[in-house]
Amino acid sequence: MRTKTKFLAVPYLLWMTIFIIAPLLFVAYFAFTDSAGNFSFQNIIKLGDYIPVFITSIWLGAVAAFLCLIIAYPVAYFIANTSEKWQKFLIMLIMLPMCMSFLLRTIAWVSLLSDNGIINNTLTAIGLSPLPLIRNNGAVILGMVYNYLPFMIMPLYTVLVKMDSSVINAARDLGANSFQVFRRVILPMSLPGIVTGITMVFVPAVSTFYISRKLGNTSLTMIGDVIESQFKTAYNPNLGAAMSLGLMVLIFICMGIMNRFSKDEEDILL
Amino acid sequence: MSDVIIQLENISVAFGGTDILKNLNLTIKDKEFVTFLGPSGCGKTTTLRIIGGFVRPDSGAVYFDGYNINDTPPYKRQVNTVFQRYALFPHLNVFENIAFGLRIKKLPEKEIKEKVMQMIERVNLKGFANRKTNNLSGGQQQRVAIARALINNPRVLLLDEPLGALDMKLRKDMQMELKKIQQESNITFIYVTHDQEEALSMSDRVVVMDNGIIQQIGTPQDIYNEPSNAFVADFIGESNILDGIMIEDYMVSIFGQKYKCLDKGFDRYEPVDVVIRPEDIQILDPDKSSLSGVITNVTFKGVHYEIIVDIKGFKWMIQSTEFHRVGEWIGIALLPDLIHVMKKSEYSGQFGDYSSYSEEYDALSDDSEESSDEFSEQEEEL
Repeated sequence: MRTKTKFLAVPYLLWMTIFIIAPLLFVAYFAFTDSAGNFSFQNIIKLGDYIPVFITSIWLGAVAAFLCLIIAYPVAYFIANTSEKWQKFLIMLIMLPMCMSFLLRTIAWVSLLSDNGIINNTLTAIGLSPLPLIRNNGAVILGMVYNYLPFMIMPLYTVLVKMDSSVINAARDLGANSFQVFRRVILPMSLPGIVTGITMVFVPAVSTFYISRKLGNTSLTMIGDVIESQFKTAYNPNLGAAMSLGLMVLIFICMGIMNRFSKDEEDILL
Repeated sequence: MSDVIIQLENISVAFGGTDILKNLNLTIKDKEFVTFLGPSGCGKTTTLRIIGGFVRPDSGAVYFDGYNINDTPPYKRQVNTVFQRYALFPHLNVFENIAFGLRIKKLPEKEIKEKVMQMIERVNLKGFANRKTNNLSGGQQQRVAIARALINNPRVLLLDEPLGALDMKLRKDMQMELKKIQQESNITFIYVTHDQEEALSMSDRVVVMDNGIIQQIGTPQDIYNEPSNAFVADFIGESNILDGIMIEDYMVSIFGQKYKCLDKGFDRYEPVDVVIRPEDIQILDPDKSSLSGVITNVTFKGVHYEIIVDIKGFKWMIQSTEFHRVGEWIGIALLPDLIHVMKKSEYSGQFGDYSSYSEEYDALSDDSEESSDEFSEQEEEL
């Protein structure tokens, strides 16, 4: 029985080796070599110039993840407490935009928000002055939240729907009112979903490049944009690799801090 | 009236068109151990939940200490519950599970610690304070659930089949322990179970329910010795239920023969159900008895033999410590104080003799054997 299960894992292990571990090693190799292929720390040292870009990226990603959490929790809670039929339907609605191309969805926001886009045209038509809706960080965060919201809702919904109602009844029985039930039982028990959701939103949001280019200010560069340009226009794959590596390390650090924080949170909530 | 703590008045509940409770009336006294006993779906858990505040009756009123509490949410009731399968908080350790109610009340840290440690000692969980609850055995989780409820000093403790998940030996120990805890804490226990033996051994009073209706309320002795109808007689222990005719007070006719009994107050020649407990029947020489028949089945049960005997087409169950062979011809004696006469009810005729006994038993054991075989084969394949 055991040998068979192990055998079934082989295809993925192969996949993992070829397409995950090997590329990582390549990235590391490029990051620590110059264009001639000699070992060098130059790329890593150069990362120092991009610290503001890293900070902006992480900041925008963190804000987007936080907003997603605030929006997604009530939605997930609501869905988890409807009847099974409704749950299926609502989850389908949440997932439906995901079936559309990511690029298309972002471009759709451009035509909504741009200076002579749908919203501003409507505003001028009814005699109001147009608003600067696009080319700012707010628009970038909006784009991120819109695109990554389902990734937050799904894990939250999964933990909330599996929550044993008798545990909630037990809390009410022991004297907890609705708010206390939420704070002392539902919230701490849904912590694994919160951590997963934040990870699933924060990581792609930090490294995104398309959203910032389409919706952001021209002066805004996110690390994803810089990495892309290193490979496509500046043609410096070594620096690009070093940046990717740096981003990875930073994301790991952020996730580590969050996991620590969530453990503390659990202790505080006790 | 002052010793009445809970009163249920004309309670009716229906879920999705099905009546769960039908016009239920019940009074529970302070500091008593009451058990709701009945098969699954009889409405016993719903009744408990109405008292706990988790189910709202469609009609009727719940009184606590004389005040109507229909609209009081669970967290404001002086009632705590030990849930089926415990419902412990998985994210908290043993100490924090027990401390939950006190933390809600915002008691000072020192007092919480003192009270929780006391409670942990009381339920024999010393040294387990920092354990996660999912590493505990069923019996230990049970104790945490009880401690968590008791620490709030409830006036009434509701227990919803709390011993259902435990094995036989542990159940017996916990029964004794629960009874002890009830006497020590001096509060009302309302206990729900489908296990008649559990109900009989712990309760001051037993409420037997079926189909959303209370069939009988009484002490364990009452409901065992004087069941009110065929359902109660059959559900509480084994019983031979015969058709009889009440000739006059203290005289009943079974199979056309008159027997003295202790029951009265029936109409002359009223058709009745007659209950005779298997352990009350004495085996005689066939020629010394007017009721005799042939033994069709003998099962050894440890304390006694269970003997099925066919007398004029009615299969009796007799429990006897003496061994008798299948095929043996025996007579039985029915003494007046062991005959119990009941009014006919909707249950009459549903529970009669033990004619289906052996077949039923065989069919059951065959099924379980087959399925377990299948199961083990599957396991091997995997």
